[in-house]
Amino acid sequence: MSTEPIIAADVFSEHHQIDITFIHSLHECGLLEIILIEQRAFIPAAQLPQLERMVRLHYDLDINLPGIETITHLLERNGQLQEELRRLRNRLKAYEE
Amino acid sequence: MAFIDYYSVLGLSKTATAAEIKAAYRKLARKYHPDVNPNDKDAQATFQQINEANEVLSDPEKRKKYDQYGKDWQHADAFEQQRRSQGSSNAQGGQTYSGGSFNGEDFSDFFNSMFGGDAGFGGAQGGRRSGGFRGQDLKAELQLSMRDALKTHSQTLTVNGKNIRITIPAGIENGQTIKIGGHGSPGMNGGPNGDLYITFSIEDDPVFKRMGNDLYTTAELDLFTALLGGEKTIDTLDGKVKLTVKPETANGSKVKLKGKGFPVYKKEGQHGDLYVTWSVKLPVNLSPEQKKLVEELAKLSA
Repeated sequence: MSTEPIIAADVFSEHHQIDITFIHSLHECGLLEIILIEQRAFIPAAQLPQLERMVRLHYDLDINLPGIETITHLLERNGQLQEELRRLRNRLKAYEE
Repeated sequence: MAFIDYYSVLGLSKTATAAEIKAAYRKLARKYHPDVNPNDKDAQATFQQINEANEVLSDPEKRKKYDQYGKDWQHADAFEQQRRSQGSSNAQGGQTYSGGSFNGEDFSDFFNSMFGGDAGFGGAQGGRRSGGFRGQDLKAELQLSMRDALKTHSQTLTVNGKNIRITIPAGIENGQTIKIGGHGSPGMNGGPNGDLYITFSIEDDPVFKRMGNDLYTTAELDLFTALLGGEKTIDTLDGKVKLTVKPETANGSKVKLKGKGFPVYKKEGQHGDLYVTWSVKLPVNLSPEQKKLVEELAKLSA
């Protein structure tokens, strides 16, 4: 049995002053994993950073769900490219010396 | 300290309306927001400037004070005293975005000198006000020598006044970031702690060049050993190695020492290779007898 910490979706929604339906929408889009325990939705704590980002994108920057989906994909790609850039820069530095 | 032109920061003229200020701010905030510019220090700095500009220009009272005293900010104190004696309301303008690691308290010296006791940063005023839940992530940088990075080892660092002992796996690369879960800022209202991200900066070594898991070095070889063959002891990052030199080893030729490179990150027992380039050195300050022998050798080789 997993002992991964989980956060209740209703508690999260309350503290962030958002509608819990937003969390369910993210789940339906495949952007968030939800665990149901006795009909109550829980979010794995490991997903909180991404969830908080999606909350900010939607509520602060007025970005809709398809936009959040696209941005999430682009940020992932961005991360891969930054990692590749880091490796290439290290190699280049070695050649330049 | 320098005057900051908040209108210029938002790309506006001094006669911009409240609606224009709001529109300009929202457009720029979307572009430079930390959530869409991860690990970008320039974007973060710009975002802070934009937020500060909006904090001033979207607040009628602050904007008035700024327009009047902007360039003569030194007089702001006098204005402030006069205003306090008249009583003041801390009117706040529209929405300011939070997000990423911007906590709204990173105002410039210029802002603080003008609005210091009157900052009243609204956070998500007029919009969503977050009660705070998960703690903020913290970022730190740690410098290591190349030799440090060779072995898995522990180090104690101080982050936000707290000592943390971390284990750094062997083979960590320059610019690599590792996450230490739960060692960021404390959570609030029952929320979990944030995480600590440590980015490593590996110093160059004067003798060894690293490319991925492979190491490259140059070793000097005297002419006679190069021509006749023999043995040569060279330094590696973790000790000495005796190499067999084949006869007629050319200058610039390479030897590959398998498994003598860098340990592969998180792959116990796996190592890259060490490539040694021979740099054949000509003898100098030859004695007359040596010179004579070389001349004879030259004749024989003609």
